[in-house]
Amino acid sequence: MFAEEDGLKGDPRLQAISEALRIVPHFPKPGIMFQDITTLLLDHKAFKGTVEIFVDRYRDMDISVVAGVEARGFLFGPSIALAIGAKFVPLRKPKKLPGEVISEDYELEYGTDRLEMHVGAVHPGERALVIDDFVATGGTLSAAIRLLSKLKDIACTLWTTYFSHSLQYFVHSGKFSVLVERVGAEVVECACVVGLPEVEGQSRLNGTPLYILVGPQLRERPC
Amino acid sequence: MSACKDQDPRIHGIKTKIRVVPNFPKPGIMFQDITTLLLDPKAFKDTIDLFVERYKGKNISVVAGIEARGFIFGPPIALAIGAKFVPLRKPRKLPGKVISEEYILEYGRDCLEMHVGAVEPGDRALVVDDLIATGGTLCAAMNLLERVGAEVVECACVIELPELKGRDRLNGKPLYILVEYH
Repeated sequence: MFAEEDGLKGDPRLQAISEALRIVPHFPKPGIMFQDITTLLLDHKAFKGTVEIFVDRYRDMDISVVAGVEARGFLFGPSIALAIGAKFVPLRKPKKLPGEVISEDYELEYGTDRLEMHVGAVHPGERALVIDDFVATGGTLSAAIRLLSKLKDIACTLWTTYFSHSLQYFVHSGKFSVLVERVGAEVVECACVVGLPEVEGQSRLNGTPLYILVGPQLRERPC
Repeated sequence: MSACKDQDPRIHGIKTKIRVVPNFPKPGIMFQDITTLLLDPKAFKDTIDLFVERYKGKNISVVAGIEARGFIFGPPIALAIGAKFVPLRKPRKLPGKVISEEYILEYGRDCLEMHVGAVEPGDRALVVDDLIATGGTLCAAMNLLERVGAEVVECACVIELPELKGRDRLNGKPLYILVEYH
């Protein structure tokens, strides 16, 4: 849902954010009207207002993890995490994180991409917020949600049970679900600075609420 | 110069939270992983506080952060000291008109870009990254800022690898770091 539908209608900070955004036509390819948040970062008051709105919303929601999607999610996530006392977890493109990772593939318009997270960054049952600058189709955020709430590798668990007599009881009795350990967090909400109305119409991504500060900037600004 | 390890009690807590990952991204490299620092809210806050305490009131008008780990430390500092934040990015990531600075890597070259108009003549700038190794990236960052007429006041990193002498590549500009790794 958009912020102005959820108690912030008329909030001057939202107008400041809208006005600070810049639209860049035909980036990264023809036909795309790119919502550039770098101009928001140049406006200290508007940038501060952006972080404040998120902090006010999430401070009392018992969130222990803020996960930011590389790279523009890194611009907003850490400030929110610091203010609400949560840890910050970067969700990165492949081969950037140095330690052991879990990963999640997702569809692009042409081809697939992958998000990775460090093993052990998040513990079962933690309450998480996912943050990115912009949401269009919700594909990246959906992958982030799946990554954070990921179950242990089911194939590995079943292979182990196949060769174990005592565990085979559980497989045959239909109790193997108890062997699948939920290693993931509960994603409480996804938050973005800018979002397209099409995805806002969904207002949820696979059941996870989506919170967006403003709709797209429509007018070009002089450079 | 580095924050005096003996005097500030927060430094020890920060240092112990940095994880060293051997042989990443290639054999022989001991990678300094700051993601474990970010998992400790107190240590992460202490990191930011140390930088903010140093730069608040110094009339810094722009914090420039180097993609991508500079994006984690730079914005909280910028917000706290009242400065704008400018991302310095790999090629073709910034959507608008850019200026570019090429720099040499161990094998080959890379390029750092900044939006035209983001930084103005007379801006007083701080450059932030998680780590300084050879100093090539920081040097490119400083060049970008100086080319548009900003004054680079200091470079700030969480970690320095002093043996790689990156400090010497900063054209005499001061470097402030929290933790050294030998």
